[in-house]
Amino acid sequence: MKPAPFEYHAPESLPEALALLSELGDEAKVLAGGQSLIPVLALRLTVFANLVDIGRIAELAGIERRNGSLRIGATTTEAAVGADAQVASSVPLLARATPLIGHFQIRNRGTLGGSIAHADPAAEYPAVALTLDATMEVASPGGRREIAAGDFFDGLWSTTMAPDEMLTAVRFPVWGGRCGFGVEEFARRHGDFAMAGATVALEVDEADKVKRCAIGLIGLGSTPLRAGGAESAAVGSSAREIDAAEIGRRAVDGLESVPADLHGSASYRRRVGAEMVSRAWAAASKEACGE
Amino acid sequence: MSERSVRMTVNGEVRQASVEPRLTLADFLREKCHLTGTHLGCEHGVCGACTVMVDGAAVRSCLAFAVQADGAEVTTIEGIAHPDGELSAVQAAFRDCHGLQCGFCTPGFVVSVTAFLRDNPGPSDEEVLDALSGNLCRCTGYQGIIRAVHQAAGTLREAAGA
Ligand SMILES: Cc1cc2nc3c(=O)[nH]c(=O)nc-3n(C[C@H](O)[C@H](O)[C@H](O)COP(=O)(O)OP(=O)(O)OC[C@H]3O[C@@H](n4cnc5c(N)ncnc54)[C@H](O)[C@@H]3O)c2cc1C
Ligand code: FES
Ligand code: FES
Repeated sequence: MKPAPFEYHAPESLPEALALLSELGDEAKVLAGGQSLIPVLALRLTVFANLVDIGRIAELAGIERRNGSLRIGATTTEAAVGADAQVASSVPLLARATPLIGHFQIRNRGTLGGSIAHADPAAEYPAVALTLDATMEVASPGGRREIAAGDFFDGLWSTTMAPDEMLTAVRFPVWGGRCGFGVEEFARRHGDFAMAGATVALEVDEADKVKRCAIGLIGLGSTPLRAGGAESAAVGSSAREIDAAEIGRRAVDGLESVPADLHGSASYRRRVGAEMVSRAWAAASKEACGE
Repeated sequence: MSERSVRMTVNGEVRQASVEPRLTLADFLREKCHLTGTHLGCEHGVCGACTVMVDGAAVRSCLAFAVQADGAEVTTIEGIAHPDGELSAVQAAFRDCHGLQCGFCTPGFVVSVTAFLRDNPGPSDEEVLDALSGNLCRCTGYQGIIRAVHQAAGTLREAAGA
């Protein structure tokens, strides 16, 4: 339970961190809150000769409203996200997903960027980012670029960032109009990663017809997923007439790589997933219609 | 691998040592500061026995390296009682309510609950359960611990009102 020896680097600026990462290459790993990385190091599931701690880079933390989106710096802690009034009012889905992450002691150190870069399919923030079509801001010594959430998660714990790239911030679009949001998940013990879960964002017009919606699936594949078929089926229908259970069934229809382990079979998880979508949809729809 | 010098304030006292980067904050406190009240159960973030406060925030000391806490202010279970040795409201409530049996988990619970009640002095039943969910106890069955949190919350509110 003790990590193997490593060299520790604590750069105080982003360029310094990026230079270190490109110079050290495969031998180096970013250390943010450490709440996923340190357990993996302690269990010696992986070994790195160098850790680059990004926790002392001031410019990477903070929450800022920019035009139509809320920009959250990568090292902003999950606790800070959960306590922020702007997050609660402009990206309610993110605020509501936060208390479902682990325990408060974990959220005090775990970071938004770490959770999204870690790309666990059962984690809350990656699913919220995908549901809201967030934009990932990444940087390397070669420059900066943006990656749409839809192009970011490409496999179990894997993203389309290049090895010398770092996630610097995530921009979450702010939904206006008559909106509602829901997040639901099921875990065997409070604070555990969910066995299955769902995130829903929904906007209705004056006649309560669904104008746009997004359904995210947690723990039902090797990445967070969107239930595109169920989304397009709902758009244009009256939110008050949509059967939430039917949306749930549709959302898990055709899922191909639902995980299975001793905690639950794929078919069990699929059914739990359908129920979570149904509940999240019902909550979001109720909120959007102002009931 | 090269050692690094770290310096932090632990329970009000400045502590300095040269450490391997891989030394966790928990091992730093236990082995370099000889503060063995911080217990290690799982060493991968699940049990909560190692909880300490870093700059006021309750965190797992097994999931932080001592080098990351360089410059920080740390409070361990040894720093929770009043300077004259009188138990804190949370500690006294754990004793009164049988919130401990073997005591292995207790430092983590007491530190967690101390931080929790500071931030949320009037918690609902549900909030108390949520706050306790990050600490495991193999002995008590939790009922005494839950009562202790409510009792401590009452004592602290009274003290604040007085
Ligand atoms: C007991 C326990 C329960 C938990 N429960 C949950 C849960 O229910 N839901 C959940 O979502 N999470 C859970 N977590 C994980 C927690 O949310 C982590 O904090 C988070 O997943 C990773 O964030 P971090 O800042 O700690 O990252 P680290 O652990 O420091 O890093 C994680 C990975 O991301 C990389 N990385 C970090 N930041 C960046 C960056 N800016 N750019 C590029 N790469 C980066 C690291 O190199 C590493 O590979 C739990 C953790 C524990 C210990
Ligand atoms: S020893 Fe740190 S959480 Fe178990
Ligand atoms: S009192 Fe023994 S583990 Fe909690």
